[in-house]
Amino acid sequence: MNEEKDLKDDLDFWATNSEEGGWNISSTDEGSQKMLEEEDEKQIKIQTGSDVVDDYVYSEETTDDERMIVNMGPQHPSTHGVLRLQVELEGEVVRRVKPVIGYLHTGMEKTGEELAYFQGPTNTTRMDYLSPLFNELVFSLTTEKLLDIEVPERAKAIRILMTELNRVSSHLVALATGGMDIGALSMMIFGFRERELILNFFEKTSGLRMNHNYIRPGGVAADLPDNWQKDVKEILKIIPEKLKDYDEMLLDNPIWQGRLKNVGILTTEECFAYGITGPSLRASGFSWDLRKRQPYSGIENYDFEVPLLTDSDVFSRWRIKVLEIYESLKIVEQTMDTIPKGAYRIQDKKVTPPPRQRLDESMEALIHHFKIYTEGFKVPPGKAYVAVESPRGELGCYIVSDGSSKPYRMHIRGPSFCNLQALPVIMADSPIADAVAAIASLDPVIGDVDR
Amino acid sequence: MSFEEINVEINQYFKTVEGFKKDGYEMMIDLTAVDWYRKKEPRFEVIVNLLSVSKNSRLIINVNVPDEDLKIPSICEIYPGANFYEREVFDMFGIEFENHPELTRILMPDDWKGNPLRKDYGSGRIPVQFKNAPKVD
Repeated sequence: MNEEKDLKDDLDFWATNSEEGGWNISSTDEGSQKMLEEEDEKQIKIQTGSDVVDDYVYSEETTDDERMIVNMGPQHPSTHGVLRLQVELEGEVVRRVKPVIGYLHTGMEKTGEELAYFQGPTNTTRMDYLSPLFNELVFSLTTEKLLDIEVPERAKAIRILMTELNRVSSHLVALATGGMDIGALSMMIFGFRERELILNFFEKTSGLRMNHNYIRPGGVAADLPDNWQKDVKEILKIIPEKLKDYDEMLLDNPIWQGRLKNVGILTTEECFAYGITGPSLRASGFSWDLRKRQPYSGIENYDFEVPLLTDSDVFSRWRIKVLEIYESLKIVEQTMDTIPKGAYRIQDKKVTPPPRQRLDESMEALIHHFKIYTEGFKVPPGKAYVAVESPRGELGCYIVSDGSSKPYRMHIRGPSFCNLQALPVIMADSPIADAVAAIASLDPVIGDVDR
Repeated sequence: MSFEEINVEINQYFKTVEGFKKDGYEMMIDLTAVDWYRKKEPRFEVIVNLLSVSKNSRLIINVNVPDEDLKIPSICEIYPGANFYEREVFDMFGIEFENHPELTRILMPDDWKGNPLRKDYGSGRIPVQFKNAPKVD
């Protein structure tokens, strides 16, 4: 008590003798008094903000009336579409999360049963709208497996070229929206700007920027445009440069690291339990890539690495996407040199419609054209499951055929649907600000979730 | 990569899946169903797709579910990731999963009637009434 009084006098004296003139020290609150009292290094750090103490998480039990349930979404910019989360909050801390989905459900699996096989890709391409070519690829591969046909080498190479470019564009959007959610708004503009390059190439090749319907059962819809190497070379030149810019901006950025490191941990065991594949699994220190382990469409002939990170937090899930872009560009570069000449569609009259010019010359061609476009080609009865490595994980297609020209049952195993189940695990007991980063790191595409 | 497909009776289903989990099938990749309406008996077939990353193999388990007793044990205890998939099958086919933690509709609204992916559920059945359009019955 005595000591306190002495200090107060001392301070009063100091205050009145300062150049600004005296101020009434007794009006300052207790907190600042205390700070002056224990002026050790740690306290100063806390006061100046250079040492951040996590005082959000209360360890003691709180009563029920301090908990509140908040709806996040379905109209919320950081939920990447129409995802709705019921979040149970305790102050700033997320205690429980329940994802509510179905707001974008359009019954695509039912529609798939009513479209013939050659119409199938128009339907599946609209599911995961950020990686439409993968959806087309997996549907086409499953149909080809049922038909037991092999597409020409050039078609395979074009498919790899297009899907790997699509992986780059999809990851760029993931980086962009991820940056936007955390507050790095320039990242959003950069990501979408670079994606535009790839979309322009897609437009040139398939005629559309999204929902291409380019990869079809039996090959691809059209050959690559003239001078496609020039466009691809430009992509290969510009995107690595821009990636360096991103790294300069974000990789050693203390705010970026502070927001992402040790946040939203998703371990390998949790990935296994919830069936999570793709970048999230690879960022948790388990190397699993279907391109290496269960190769499709001749991707085993290309030389590339599977990036692997072990921290299993949001930062590694962000970083692994950047690294995967480099690897995808490596594959694209190799396709440029090794792409074989030849047909881009299978030369099977029952599957591939004849070229338009042939219709005027050949009765046979006219019949096939008519049959394919009215009835569609028939697929032998059976079941097939094919999976490819989409930018978000394993994308599978399960088709049951009853021998007609339409699938009896068409089911798409979307990676986002599965990955969303991990949200309660990632978000539990973390501040609400980290929750947004966690959602962005999983990169859910609601079109793929709801189908 | 190996790819296997087996058929399992419904009363052996839970045990079989449990056995495969112990056997090194770490992940449940997919769970779906097929409606063999008037084509096959029993009517429904549940398809479980397991993946072993250590052995690099896939396994597809087919289980027949009769129309009279649409019940099948839930495998959420073994694979927590089955949760959403079982809810989806419940929503779309009306197959009930016993001991599921929260068996509610997932994609369709909660008050929806019918199961859209059944073969006797026609598509385009819902009448669409646009604003200010003359009423048509």
